[in-house]
Amino acid sequence: MIKVGVLGLQGAVREHVLSVEACGAEAVVIKRKEQLDEVDGLILPGGESTTMRRLIDKYDFMDSLKEFAQSGKPMFGTCAGLILLAKHIIGYDEPHIGVMDVRVERNSFGRQRESFEADLDIAGVAEDFAAVFIRAPHIVEAGENVEILSKHNGRIVAAREGRFLGCSFHPELTDDHRLTGYFVEMIKESKQLAI
Amino acid sequence: MKTGTDRVKRGMAEMQKGGVIMDVVNAEQAKIAEEAGAVAVMALERVPSDIRAAGGVARMADPRIMEEVMGAVSIPVMAKARIGHIVEARILEAMGVDYIDESEVLTPADEEYHLNKRDYTVPFVCGCRDLGEAARRIGEGASMLRTKGEPGTGNIVEAVRHIRKVNAQVRKVVGMNEDELMTEAKLLGAPYELLLEVKSLGRLPVVNFAAGGVATPADAALMMELGADGVFVGSGIFKSENPAKFARAIVEATTHYQDYKLIAELSKELGTPMKGIEISSLAPEARMQERGW
Repeated sequence: MIKVGVLGLQGAVREHVLSVEACGAEAVVIKRKEQLDEVDGLILPGGESTTMRRLIDKYDFMDSLKEFAQSGKPMFGTCAGLILLAKHIIGYDEPHIGVMDVRVERNSFGRQRESFEADLDIAGVAEDFAAVFIRAPHIVEAGENVEILSKHNGRIVAAREGRFLGCSFHPELTDDHRLTGYFVEMIKESKQLAI
Repeated sequence: MKTGTDRVKRGMAEMQKGGVIMDVVNAEQAKIAEEAGAVAVMALERVPSDIRAAGGVARMADPRIMEEVMGAVSIPVMAKARIGHIVEARILEAMGVDYIDESEVLTPADEEYHLNKRDYTVPFVCGCRDLGEAARRIGEGASMLRTKGEPGTGNIVEAVRHIRKVNAQVRKVVGMNEDELMTEAKLLGAPYELLLEVKSLGRLPVVNFAAGGVATPADAALMMELGADGVFVGSGIFKSENPAKFARAIVEATTHYQDYKLIAELSKELGTPMKGIEISSLAPEARMQERGW
């Protein structure tokens, strides 16, 4: 069975676990870096990116996360997780994991009262995906190898670059598991490639 | 495109899970909290222990404090409005505060009715001591709960009582037959539909944090152990000798609440925690948890 890790330092961990399980895969909550060896792919959940970064540093996770990214195993970042994956963050000199060739802006839709729900057309996933945006970032610029999967009001809100998948919104907050299912398929493909 | 939906408001609290929300009274403290890994800050004029000491009527803080704090950090900023004070809540919403705490720490403005929180785009957190109170607040539109505890005392005993009570009552509802729920709703003073939801989910439909009396990293870990989704720390941090160190220790103890060796390490040499108040020494009218209905 496909094993999907969910980085469990802070944030919407339980929801991602349920979503992974609904897609017929096994979910592993990752609290220690050694656990990364057990899984075939990794979800970086929504939460507070500032907080997650501090905890990543504190527990010396960063090198292991970078190695994981280089190992060929897929990674999926939602909201704060997208910020962790991005190579460029507006207003910051350094990225976090910095593997996906996109430039993101944090809290770019405004404060909580501007947070919203919208129906999205996500290429290869769904034409009517109910997406929940919470103090969300968006992708301001994407590199040439990045496939843009969805836009909202002209802003890129979901994209894929090879084995890296990122979105601005929270697919884990609804019962629609199609985007998580898409990620599980990415993991299956990567496992076949590895064989 | 819709703003202020239940999913958007409750989802915001979901993102805070496993984290610590810290009371701050200025931009400098807010930065220390963010740097320590807080998931949000609560901007106040005075922390609860000072409110307790000062006496008199406690109101919404000076908007300048919220403004200053919002300008200083990128994590969400919460603020407190008095129970039932429609205008204080509207002011905080208009200012762009990310979450409002309709809080018994302030002097209630209405002794009969809480706010109709469904009317607002901004989400609300409210205190509770049992499932009935929790369900009434959710019924009014609260998107997040916290135990009431006894704020500003540095004494965890009330927060423990409240989280145990709520969780025991949730377990009871989950185990009941559906035909028993209407009577249970009547006994608890809880909306029937909410108990149905609790039964089908196997838990509360919103995030429930611990608050009121968390004074040490071990207190924070205890609340997580008892099933809290995260922790509010009020007076404890900035009343301690080394707030930055203390704040980091609380955050780490919350994340790794079952790693006791680690909690031992980070509890070392934190200096004297706040003195604390024995609850039985508080006159009933001085107990903030009795506010709210």
